[in-house]
Amino acid sequence: MDNTNVKRLSLQVNLDDFIPATEKEKEYMVTMRPSTTFFQDGVARLKKNKVAMVSMIIILLITLMAIFIPMFWPYKYETMLGMQPGKPMDASFNNLHPMEYSTSEQALIESGEKVFPHLFGTDSQGRDYFIRVVYGTRISLAVGFFASIIVLVIGIVVGSISGYFGGIVDIIIMRIVDVIYSLPDMLMVILLAAVLRQRLAPAIEGTPLAAIGSNIISLFVIFALWYWVGMSRLVRGQILSLREQEYVLAAQTAGAKGSRIIRKHLIPNCISVIVISTALQIPSAIFTESYLSFLGLGVNAPMPSLGSLASDALNGLSSYPYRLVIPAIVISLIVLSLNLFGDGLRDAFDPKLNS
Amino acid sequence: MNPKTLKYILKRLVLGVFTVWVVITLTFFIMHAVPGGPFLSEKAVSPAAQAAMEAKYGLDKPLMTQYVTYLTDVVQFRFGPSLKQRGRMVIDIITDGLQVSAKLGILAAFLALIIGVVLGSVAALRRNTILDRVIMIITTAFVSMPSFIMGSLLLVAFTIRVHWFPANGASAGGLVLPIITLMLYPMSYITRLTRSSMLDVLGQDYIRTAKAKGVTGWKIIFGHALKNALIPVITYFGPMLAYIVTGSLVVEQIFAVPGIGRAFVQSIINRDYMLIMGTTIVLATLIVVMNLVSDILYKIVDPRINLE
Repeated sequence: MDNTNVKRLSLQVNLDDFIPATEKEKEYMVTMRPSTTFFQDGVARLKKNKVAMVSMIIILLITLMAIFIPMFWPYKYETMLGMQPGKPMDASFNNLHPMEYSTSEQALIESGEKVFPHLFGTDSQGRDYFIRVVYGTRISLAVGFFASIIVLVIGIVVGSISGYFGGIVDIIIMRIVDVIYSLPDMLMVILLAAVLRQRLAPAIEGTPLAAIGSNIISLFVIFALWYWVGMSRLVRGQILSLREQEYVLAAQTAGAKGSRIIRKHLIPNCISVIVISTALQIPSAIFTESYLSFLGLGVNAPMPSLGSLASDALNGLSSYPYRLVIPAIVISLIVLSLNLFGDGLRDAFDPKLNS
Repeated sequence: MNPKTLKYILKRLVLGVFTVWVVITLTFFIMHAVPGGPFLSEKAVSPAAQAAMEAKYGLDKPLMTQYVTYLTDVVQFRFGPSLKQRGRMVIDIITDGLQVSAKLGILAAFLALIIGVVLGSVAALRRNTILDRVIMIITTAFVSMPSFIMGSLLLVAFTIRVHWFPANGASAGGLVLPIITLMLYPMSYITRLTRSSMLDVLGQDYIRTAKAKGVTGWKIIFGHALKNALIPVITYFGPMLAYIVTGSLVVEQIFAVPGIGRAFVQSIINRDYMLIMGTTIVLATLIVVMNLVSDILYKIVDPRINLE
């Protein structure tokens, strides 16, 4: 025992330590491939997740279709085909079944001209239903996307203020969050939607906002008023816990500068959680929008959204059930794939879930 | 019950009462922010008649006086008269509607609970088999489908394609589809909840002990696992009721069920502000109370849970 201690403390140099490394030993030091970053790791994991990839492709397809199809489609979502200026109303355009033509169109076809088919028929006012569904999808996606951005911005601002300042500010903000959290959101949202759209309509008249419509603006206001609470809680929690993490301390001890800690440790850990919860916010916003549209509190007519299309379809349900089924499938597909993709993102990018 | 639990319950009760007060206050002021006030009707009314109306309902008084009056009335369940259904009191409309809606909601919740727990347990026991996969895929689909879509599709399928059920929800047979519509989402949610918590419990030491002692199959489930696996399900009671209430708004609309949800939606369409305020307050209070009950139950049932 004593002997070994003495040996350790001695300054004798072991000459074996200074023999040059053999080729075989050198091989251990060769980097086989560049080290992967956190982001690359996540992308690799995401790519392996088949469900998430399929969902992503579906979302991309639907989004691209919603953006580009209205640009070259021969019909417009608000045009009542039977109502042409200078001509009597042509009722044969109304309520066409899929791929059917009106009498005037049939005459054109017989004379050898090409008429673009009504893929999903027309609605009771003679508007091409396919383009209405595409346009409705566009509106629903846009509402979901922008509402989530609004929630994200407000959530980050309030959450970081609350987490950064702490103390009395934090307590007050968190009590407000608690109260909003415990209120039944849907009822309050319906109530707000019912009142806001009447209040907003005169206020925005004449401004560029009027083009978007008071109802959509009021939807955004509602999201801004109501759904920031979850995000701000998340951001606050992240800020509070990340500051105290051991790896931040370890990095500081190892001599890392503040900017490196923020870049390499805080942002990757924080951003993934925030991005994931924003991604999951989109389907819930689309859900809320379609729900309100279904109750008649959504977008302004004649603008369609998937919810209002489904709601309108209830009137002619027994003769034209496909008018309900089509938007129903689109909305379920969007919400389902966004949810599955969000889950995939979480599995791939949330470092705390990886064991 | 230890003092810590008691303190927690008291704290939650106070918060619950506070929340209900916030709901009433918000509802009152939101409704009074309507341009022209809640009594503005589509028809042009002579100024004299308008003034008489306002005097009758106390609308000529300052806003704060009206608020205090309304608050004291609401506490005694006096919600005033309906503005559009002549001669009917809001409270009568609400109680009538609640009788139908309660039947609908309780049955839906009950069925969701039973089927969800059974499906979830089966999925957990037979995990990674075809059966498990099928259950998970179906429940994932149901969770992603808005209730109004589900309801409308069921309406198309079962009343228009095959005439199994009447489309009118006022009759007894007509309640079948609304109940199924309302049930599917919470059922799917409970299935997934039960499955994951059951898998969690099945990995616990005491289950291994039971297995080592020779207990088999379903006996482990019913005797040992289920009791603990159900604890997370309790926390879902509150959100489930909230879902059923909001779901019933559209479902009652689709199937023409004369419940409180339909009254609420109709009141918004008709701008019957007294009825809107009354129904919002009653439904919101219901949800707050249910959340309170399920949270408190959760803490009582599982002593391991830390009470903050």
